[in-house]
Amino acid sequence: MKYVDEFRDPEKAQTLVEKIRALVDQIDACKSRPLYIMEVCGGHTHAIFRYGIESMLPEEIELVHGPGCPVCVLPMGRVDDCVAIAETPKVIFTTFGDAMRVPGSSKSLLEAKAGGADVRMVYSPLDSLSLARDNPDKEVVFFGLGFETTMPSTALTVLQAEAEGIENFSLFCNHITIIPAIKAILDAPGVQIDGFLGPGHVSMVIGNAPYDFVADQYDRPLVVTGFEPLDILHGIWMVLEQLASGEARIENQYSRVVPDEGNGPALEAIAKVFELREFFEWRGLGSIDHSGVKMREAYAKYDAERKFSVPDLVIADPKACQCGEVLKGVIKPYDCKLFGNDCTPETPMGALMVSSEGACAAYSRYGRVEKLVPLLGRGAGTGTGKAPQAEVEAP
Amino acid sequence: MCLGIPGQIVEITNTADKLAKVEVAGVKREINLVCIVDEDHSIESCVGDWVLVHVGFAMSRIDAAEAAATLELLHALGEVDEELDAMRGSGQT
Amino acid sequence: MSGEGEGKGAKGAAQRRKLGKVDIPTVTMAHGGGGKAMHDFIDDLFVDAFYNEPLAPLEDQARFSIDALARYGDRLAFTTDSYVVSPLEFPGGDIGKLAICGTVNDLAVGGATPLYLSCAVIVEEGVSVDLMRKVARSMAATAVEAGVEVVTGDTKVVERGACDKLFINTAGIGVIRAGVKLGVELAQPDDLVIVNGVLGDHGATILNARGDMKLDTEIFSDCAPLHGLIGALLEAAPNTRFIRDATRGGLATVLNEIARGSEVGIEIREGQIPIRAVVRGFCELLGLDPLYLANEGKIVCVVAKDEAEAALAALRAHPYGKDSVAIGHVTDERPGRVVMTTVLGGRRIVDTLVGEQLPRIC
Repeated sequence: MKYVDEFRDPEKAQTLVEKIRALVDQIDACKSRPLYIMEVCGGHTHAIFRYGIESMLPEEIELVHGPGCPVCVLPMGRVDDCVAIAETPKVIFTTFGDAMRVPGSSKSLLEAKAGGADVRMVYSPLDSLSLARDNPDKEVVFFGLGFETTMPSTALTVLQAEAEGIENFSLFCNHITIIPAIKAILDAPGVQIDGFLGPGHVSMVIGNAPYDFVADQYDRPLVVTGFEPLDILHGIWMVLEQLASGEARIENQYSRVVPDEGNGPALEAIAKVFELREFFEWRGLGSIDHSGVKMREAYAKYDAERKFSVPDLVIADPKACQCGEVLKGVIKPYDCKLFGNDCTPETPMGALMVSSEGACAAYSRYGRVEKLVPLLGRGAGTGTGKAPQAEVEAP
Repeated sequence: MCLGIPGQIVEITNTADKLAKVEVAGVKREINLVCIVDEDHSIESCVGDWVLVHVGFAMSRIDAAEAAATLELLHALGEVDEELDAMRGSGQT
Repeated sequence: MSGEGEGKGAKGAAQRRKLGKVDIPTVTMAHGGGGKAMHDFIDDLFVDAFYNEPLAPLEDQARFSIDALARYGDRLAFTTDSYVVSPLEFPGGDIGKLAICGTVNDLAVGGATPLYLSCAVIVEEGVSVDLMRKVARSMAATAVEAGVEVVTGDTKVVERGACDKLFINTAGIGVIRAGVKLGVELAQPDDLVIVNGVLGDHGATILNARGDMKLDTEIFSDCAPLHGLIGALLEAAPNTRFIRDATRGGLATVLNEIARGSEVGIEIREGQIPIRAVVRGFCELLGLDPLYLANEGKIVCVVAKDEAEAALAALRAHPYGKDSVAIGHVTDERPGRVVMTTVLGGRRIVDTLVGEQLPRIC
């Protein structure tokens, strides 16, 4: 696969790892503590686990898995709203696959579907619009979630609906913006992050300028990074180069996809359809000002929030959950009291166990072999007859 | 988040709505090109282009020169090492 | 709703009685009602397709001689499986082919020669009779390839909405070759882990055939009866420890079952795992992991190191094993765990799936 396989080359990966190792030796801070590098995007988290990247890095580097998994940070109350809409008669509720499993306070969309709601998985919001076209007697709702990467697709779909005069389509808008989340993390007390891997696909939409504050105001390097494993190693190396030379700049590792200025037509569509909310609730991080968008008044008739009455409850995260600390890099997933005990991929309590891109779910599923096996493997192979799988979830 | 994958535009399917077939390793899907066409890139000229596909939209045209430059840089990193190794090797003998 | 377990397969050895015919295009409740309509339905669809000698004239049970069975080995194997798949027909197969292959393979992976199958169908009224005929013929053709006979069965028709078009259950009896000892607890350090070809074809085919993702691609199910392949393997590598078909949950699930069952670690290399380019593309596009995709014609075998070469040669010589390859080995480290060296050179745990794999799009 072009533009994919070249960026998974093991020899180049080995070279990069050696370069990274050499740089770590030059950075004084590493002598007393690990270097904390946050990958903001859940796609990075996924790739890091999928390719076992942490197992290749020197001990001195700790990757902190940031808030960029929109499925994870979606508050429970919003899932309840989805379920309420989906259970409304004559509604076809459409969603991306991975949002189906996210638990609400009483059920997930998968469970709502099992209970008879017409919930359908689609690949694109445009497919949802096609369903509306084909089912004029039904109200078709698309569950819009995701960061700026995904916003253009839903905005353009709404514009398309308007152009075609399709009235039985609406968007349940839960889009969030990455910049306020990064800022909230940098402002949180006790946070120790030395540099960032910036979200490549968000950046191809918004460009590189919005990150300037990370370098200017917080003096941290940020490297906009692609999603293939070589991209990630390269991004880490670029962050370390800055740290080694005492610099803090915004750099673009992913120049094959990310133009400095972002994507004009995409930004235009976003601005046309959406406006900032005063605040938005994030699971694990709480309320963050101006961190979400809603639909403008002009598109009210395509706004599921206005079209349907939803419970709109704020449901607090369980008290014992330490997702916030994990998101900020203060603790690792396995340091949380709930990890693997009460909070497992099957019965997630915290945001980060919910989606496979969440740090805790990724740790639970893929693990970092040398660190996790002793932790999870307790009792495995002792012939107790207990399925060792249970031990994965309940060490 | 934001799963995106490189694909090649193989056919324009609807000029008015800016729709095209894109191919990823033998898998084809109709996607929307609105975000990557402008005065410099007419819809017709997109056939053959590689784009980053996300939820049914082409979100960016992949810049072949930049991709090559990144790979070249990564390759050069290894080369320097080999030269150094060679120099060290010759120094020892 | 219908007669109890009407034995199919009737007809004396000498000549076939005249079989009833169904002359309306869709299945109705009458076809499960126990009367003439039902008998015609069974005649037309199943008796015609499955016609076989040894098993008697539509009795309530099939009967066979113990001595005849004993020629094949020294232990009986007995299994059952239900088949529900949407869509009923897909590239590379249909529910009928699946219902024969699945049960044949479940017997074969235990070292058994599959011999006799039952076939029970639950049909939703309104299904086309032509489709039913097609499925029955597909079952019959697959049974011939698999060397098994469908010797008894049952038909039920249910009201619209009570089932999704057609469900099939097949149970099977086979005889285990003398001396063969296979078990999930028998893997030992240094054993090799072998698969008989490209993985994920069936799972990707079904997901694609449902059409929800609107992808346009040519992927075919690998659905196949593997008794012959497994027979050849056991001949070449008699100390083979364990064989399992990598159906639901895919390769990753079977490997985890072995690691736990034998209290051993399993080390695999991602670069060795054969996956068709188009299946890879499909997975990349939807954010799926091919290690968890279902297969219907693939087995995972654990073979002794000193027999691995012979095992691979035997597998590769068979049409269903041309691309057989060793993907890893058994170790005494990290018992209960499957660890993969990724294409990049990193290492990670390969765990079992929680719930169903959903496309990761966002």
